[in-house]
Amino acid sequence: MSGSDTTRTILLHGALLAGLAALDFVLPDYHHGVLARVMVLSVFAMGYNIAFGYTGLLSLGHAMFFAAGLYGAALPIYHLGWSVWPSLGAGLLAGLVLAVIVACLALRTLGVAFMIVTLMFSQVFYLTTLYFTTYTRGEEGLVLQQGMRTLALPGGHISLANADVRFWAAWTLFSLTLVITLFLVRSRFGRALVAIRENEERMRMLGYDVFASKLAAMAVSGTISAAAGAAYAVLFGYAGSGFASIQYSILPLLWVLLGGAATVLGPFVGTLIMFYLIDTASSYTTPHMLVVGVALILLILYFPKGIVGTIRAKWLRWLP
Amino acid sequence: MGFGPYFLLATLEGLVTAAVLALTALGLSLVFGVMRVVNVAHGEFYMLGAVLAWWFASLVSGNPALGFLLAVVLSPLVVAAVAFIADRLVLKRLNYEAEGTIVATIGLLYIIQQLALTFYGAEARPVQAPFDWRIQLPWFGYSAYKLFVIFASIAILIGTWFLLRRTNIGLIMRATQIDRDMAQAFAIPVGKVYAGVFALGAGMAALAAVLIVPIKQAHYLMGQDPLLLSFIVVIIGGLGSLRGTVVAALLIGLSDGIISMFFSPTLAKMLATLLVALVLVFRPQGLFSPGGVAAR
Amino acid sequence: MNPIGNQSQVVGNGITRRDVLKGIGAGAALLAAPGFVRYSQAQTSEPIRIGFQCHRTGIGAPYGRWYDRTTAAAVKLINEAGGINGRPIEIVIEDDGTDAARGSEVVEKFVRQHKVDLVYGTLFSHVVVGSAPTAGELKVPYYVVSEGYHVASGKMNRYCVQPGITDVKAQVRSVAPWIANNLGKKVTLVYPDYAFGHDHRDYFAPAIEAQGGQVVAMVPIPPTETSFTRYLPQIPRDTDVIYHVMVGPAVLTFVKELGEFFGNSGPKLFGFIDSLEAVDLKSPGLEFLEGSHFWEGMPRYAQADMPDYEKFYREAIGLDDNGASVNDARDISTAAHMFGCWETLHIIKRSMEACNYQGPQDRQALIEATEAMTEMEAGQEHPQGKKVFDGRIHQVFGEQNISQVKEGRLEVVHRTSIEDGRYEPEGDYTKMSF
Repeated sequence: MSGSDTTRTILLHGALLAGLAALDFVLPDYHHGVLARVMVLSVFAMGYNIAFGYTGLLSLGHAMFFAAGLYGAALPIYHLGWSVWPSLGAGLLAGLVLAVIVACLALRTLGVAFMIVTLMFSQVFYLTTLYFTTYTRGEEGLVLQQGMRTLALPGGHISLANADVRFWAAWTLFSLTLVITLFLVRSRFGRALVAIRENEERMRMLGYDVFASKLAAMAVSGTISAAAGAAYAVLFGYAGSGFASIQYSILPLLWVLLGGAATVLGPFVGTLIMFYLIDTASSYTTPHMLVVGVALILLILYFPKGIVGTIRAKWLRWLP
Repeated sequence: MGFGPYFLLATLEGLVTAAVLALTALGLSLVFGVMRVVNVAHGEFYMLGAVLAWWFASLVSGNPALGFLLAVVLSPLVVAAVAFIADRLVLKRLNYEAEGTIVATIGLLYIIQQLALTFYGAEARPVQAPFDWRIQLPWFGYSAYKLFVIFASIAILIGTWFLLRRTNIGLIMRATQIDRDMAQAFAIPVGKVYAGVFALGAGMAALAAVLIVPIKQAHYLMGQDPLLLSFIVVIIGGLGSLRGTVVAALLIGLSDGIISMFFSPTLAKMLATLLVALVLVFRPQGLFSPGGVAAR
Repeated sequence: MNPIGNQSQVVGNGITRRDVLKGIGAGAALLAAPGFVRYSQAQTSEPIRIGFQCHRTGIGAPYGRWYDRTTAAAVKLINEAGGINGRPIEIVIEDDGTDAARGSEVVEKFVRQHKVDLVYGTLFSHVVVGSAPTAGELKVPYYVVSEGYHVASGKMNRYCVQPGITDVKAQVRSVAPWIANNLGKKVTLVYPDYAFGHDHRDYFAPAIEAQGGQVVAMVPIPPTETSFTRYLPQIPRDTDVIYHVMVGPAVLTFVKELGEFFGNSGPKLFGFIDSLEAVDLKSPGLEFLEGSHFWEGMPRYAQADMPDYEKFYREAIGLDDNGASVNDARDISTAAHMFGCWETLHIIKRSMEACNYQGPQDRQALIEATEAMTEMEAGQEHPQGKKVFDGRIHQVFGEQNISQVKEGRLEVVHRTSIEDGRYEPEGDYTKMSF
């Protein structure tokens, strides 16, 4: 990769982050709130992209990592009265531990079997949240009161229930994840992951420990997904079993495919467009998911690489 | 209730589940085996079969058996036609490429589901069973129709086996499965075979749904469970193996029922799911070694 | 403009990014404090905008349709009588997909895009709980019609109220004495193994024990279940009464399988009509329910001694004598719950008139006006019957119906008193800050 590509990459992503930050001042209230949500959810999509896009691991169970982060953060706050920082840490840890355990088992399988195994583990996790309804309130879920959601910062305490604070918190998490992803995919490790996706056998013969690389990819992917879940809990104040259901495993797949698998910006673009697609369609028609279905089919027929993927293939070959 | 009768009941229930599951999963397995396509919309074909069964049955007044008969014949045909069109319009253009077809069938899933919501509605609606007998055992009563479902499923499975194993159609399908290019070279119209298999798979799901709909109701969100269970059965049974699919369906159907005798039901579901997942992890090729659709 | 049925095409007079950039200039915008864009609205002749969070899709959809119809009928009535403080009501509908996360997004959309005065109409508990934090943060009154024990638990916030329908804890306590005295003392509970079912489990057991009864077995059913026969052997043979409550599309299967399993020789049945809302009692397989009893919030079938205001209510919504739509006899209503929409809208009207509501700046006054309510007399505004509102827990209490299936119709055989359902409040919203 040439130096000018590096410069362009830094400029482009820096400009995106700066642009998003500037939007805080000019967006109308509603879209301001939507953007905060989309940034949190696209962190989930970026986490998924590490496994699916770069490593080629088609998981249908990422809802469990998101939910691990969600409950990992929400339960200590709700039941033990923890403050936000340690709870976020607990959420991340929960996601990491779960991802390592699940990956150790599921990575013994390949292809469609991997998809099914991750789906089943995720289903077990979902049922677990229901089984312990006494603590989780199951599908009804828990509310984290505004008072429980204050963040201790050097300058004092701020409430995450405030719309602007939430925007900046989401932006910070999003920026961190974007930078980490960028760094990761341009590293040796990231290139090894792509090579494994393209030809696993060859990498094995070259002496790579394929299993360890995939395990690491799943751990990073699961932890980032959990970060999104933990952030969702403390920013939006709600944790329920619905987030562990299969729907939340399919969503990141859709977001990533729409935006472009194995592109750094794809997950954000995909999440943003899908959000507005559903939001707009549901205002005009009852069967609004029909629009999503039609969009998916048109997309896969005419833009199989997703939006950013197509841009990269046609015009900007240097895009990471 | 004593242990014996309880066990009998759990077994009967497990058999009904297994009977319907075997049909649904076999449809998925054919598509999977011959076309290498992961059809995420399979559950929606099942749902469509049930919804159409309600519609056909409601056209006929009088003896419920007539309406049911109409549904058994027409519902799978309509669903097969829908699948045929979907294959020609979408899957063929994607050249049956693995990831692309997964996305396309997710799209198809939403389209079918939302059309059902629009034209059929959000209610769960019952279809009357063709006959309404209740068998009174010394310990509990049982629906005779449920027993009929078990036998009907066995009959259909035998018919499918015959089709795959003893007819030219089966031969052509097997040839296509084993080597697509070679089949093409031998003038087998691979494109038509694919469309036909996709239609057949969807039709089987619809047939299973018609059988179950007098027991459970038609509802536009009913497709998810059979989809997940069918995937599990197909993977455990081994790709494209008829025998493996049937055995795996029995295993899943019975274990779900019997484990729930001993644990709290939600815990039982957790354990059963975990168990199957671990089977897959430690025997990813399935419990039965893979082979042709009708190789054995 | 037709006040009903226009979904969210009505986009508020929102200031777009372009307007802001044009007006203040980009430099000034960057210097300004975040979130400076604020609105002033509330011209007195403008309609009062109510955001209706509706289950149009997802498992709640059959309820959503009837909640929609009831809302339309009540709004039409109120508007024809001059509206609220001389202003008509305008309903803005958004679908929440019966999903908690989407519910919270929808509340935000109502407040920030549609600029509604308040949000109303949610049924499923998880959507209520998922949306409540957002309503609290945006400081928008959130009037739910859910029957869940969430608002009354004191764990939501000051902006959440449930003034139109009794919660499940009170329902369960109301029916327990009647069950013990008329059906039997040994009860087996069959309930869905999640929060809604657990509420039934946790509040029924003490209530029946207080009557000298006993819960002999509990049969939780996993929420993903679609067939039920194999759970039925867990019901002990010495059970007098099976108390069943199920929700979701598989409930008809459950009731049918109960019939196949027991035939005519089983224990007596007491069910919550939630199992069969929007389902025809004459559906094949339900014959065995003949003679069994159900809780009903409000009778589905027209009763012989029905008061005039109840007739008026049924006519306004378009219900025939069987509780189905007058346009389609197969379109069965969710009569036991949807009255809550009608009553809630009338309470909103009364509260707004009491505090002389002008616009969003009066939202706190609106909540306080509702909190100040106590007794509500039966009548056209409260066709289900009289109510007592407890402002501390933002929850209303009312009379419940116990109905028996006779010749495929539900006939009310007993009406509980409000006192039967009352319980000690577990919280006090009026002491919480806004």
